[in-house]
Amino acid sequence: MNTLWTLLQDPNMQWILISCTLLGLSSGIIGCFSYLRKQSLMGDTLAHAALPGICIAFMLTGTKSILYFLIGAGIAGVAATFGIGWITRHSRVKHDAAMGIVLSSFFGLGIVLLTIVQHGGYGNQAGLDKFLFGQAASMVGSDVLTLSIVSLLLVSVCYLLFKQFKLVSFDPGFAKGLGYPVAILEQLLMFLMVVAVVVGIQAVGVILVASLIITPAVSSRYWTDRLGVMVVVSGIFGALSGATGAIVSSTGASLPTGPLTVLAATLLFVVSLLIGTKRGLLVRRLAQQRMKRRLGYGFEEQAATASVDDRINKEAAL
Amino acid sequence: MSSAKVQSEASVMERGDVVSPLTVSGLSAAYQKKPVLRGVTFTVTEGELIGVIGPNGAGKSTMMKAALGLIPRLGGEVLVYGKPYKQQRKLVGYVPQRESVDWDFPTNALDVVMMGRYGHLGLFGRPGAKERAIAMECLAKVGMADFAARQISQLSGGQQQRVFLARALAQDASLYFMDEPFAGVDAATEKAIITLLQELKQQGKTVIVVHHDLATVEEYFDSVLLLNVELVAYGPTKDVFTQELLQHTYGGRLAFLERNSLAKTDNKKG
Repeated sequence: MNTLWTLLQDPNMQWILISCTLLGLSSGIIGCFSYLRKQSLMGDTLAHAALPGICIAFMLTGTKSILYFLIGAGIAGVAATFGIGWITRHSRVKHDAAMGIVLSSFFGLGIVLLTIVQHGGYGNQAGLDKFLFGQAASMVGSDVLTLSIVSLLLVSVCYLLFKQFKLVSFDPGFAKGLGYPVAILEQLLMFLMVVAVVVGIQAVGVILVASLIITPAVSSRYWTDRLGVMVVVSGIFGALSGATGAIVSSTGASLPTGPLTVLAATLLFVVSLLIGTKRGLLVRRLAQQRMKRRLGYGFEEQAATASVDDRINKEAAL
Repeated sequence: MSSAKVQSEASVMERGDVVSPLTVSGLSAAYQKKPVLRGVTFTVTEGELIGVIGPNGAGKSTMMKAALGLIPRLGGEVLVYGKPYKQQRKLVGYVPQRESVDWDFPTNALDVVMMGRYGHLGLFGRPGAKERAIAMECLAKVGMADFAARQISQLSGGQQQRVFLARALAQDASLYFMDEPFAGVDAATEKAIITLLQELKQQGKTVIVVHHDLATVEEYFDSVLLLNVELVAYGPTKDVFTQELLQHTYGGRLAFLERNSLAKTDNKKG
């Protein structure tokens, strides 16, 4: 514990810890909406599509700045979504397959560009390959500032437009009927996801960043039936995962932060799946047993199941 | 009630003629270049229950969605109380098909009904005590007050349909579009829905309903709109809901209907 305390006093460590926590928080919040809009895999596509965007941004500007990377990744993400849309519209290829094609081809292009950057005459290219798995340890004060601004922006937009995002996620047709600019709101949600992905890449890397968008959101659903609560819980889960990743990586035998963060998020998911208060396996099992007892089938399980089946069959027959 | 409605009523009195709640002219729509709705024109009378009848793929839902601007129109004009729909949104309520949303969404019945008030809130406005009270009232009207806090996936199909109706009531509109509200509900819910529709009618509201059960058309609706890509006929139920026009609407697929529900019609006429 003492070593942990000493570690936390190191300003370098503080930056990393804050960055990872903010990152987890932002991805957790925006992830809820993409999960509920059945666009979880879109995060993965956007992340993989971001790689060539980041490489091109670096080739054009020669600097490693989050802002340029954001622009590059954003453009690449838009190109990828258009690509998916184009394929599904003009062929009989289904959405998931189109996503697979676009995701892998963008990623392939990204790897090629990455190799060119590393072997070409670009100065200051060191660390660009870290985008594959992320490198939280390289975070510095200016990164923390950028991340804080980005997270604040993301959280405030989600807070202010909560009712719009909620309605667009639940019933876009009705939202449109009310006169909501549904297409713009959907684009905004997509943009926020691109932002979360791009800043997340810094710490977790292109390959794993999608898990920060998906896993906290899925986990939080096990604890609540209210969207507002779900968003908050998901943000906390994301933040916890980020912080855990940062701390464990600094104490352990130089283990990478990104993969540790993802593992922490997965652990939270397993816990939620088992003991989540709304839909956890334990709660469901208990509810089932309570129901059985109420129907008077508590003791002879086999007989109970049989007679329940009988009942169901009879009801079906009616 | 919204000021726009009051205004339109005022102008009716001034001019002495009647402004229809809904005037649709030349409405056309297409999916993937295949026309599913062609040149539909009609004018509805205020305070009526109107049934939209036609075979599968006739464009009934499409007509509603095109009129509401939910899907792009190829052409045509839609006037609500004499003005373009975009200016009159608050006067229009909509009940989509129940299957159009994911009922596993993390929300409860009361919350869904409060969504009906969102159109009355500003950009950053949040629903408060007033919206909550209105939503509770609307839930009570559809007999769902006891289920306000229930997670929506734990409601039966009929209860979900009632929640959607309560949400439309919360919109406090004058003209309602309902896309198959009777689909897959039990007899009790069907009764509750039709009672509610009649109440709306008594309040002078106009309700347009996509309907499938030909056996109940005469009982439920004042006017009928027969649709099969093009408008086949529109008018009072007794004039339009005839074997000849239905035959025309459904083509050869009407064989069994002749023996069933239409027998009634002919008997009455005979």
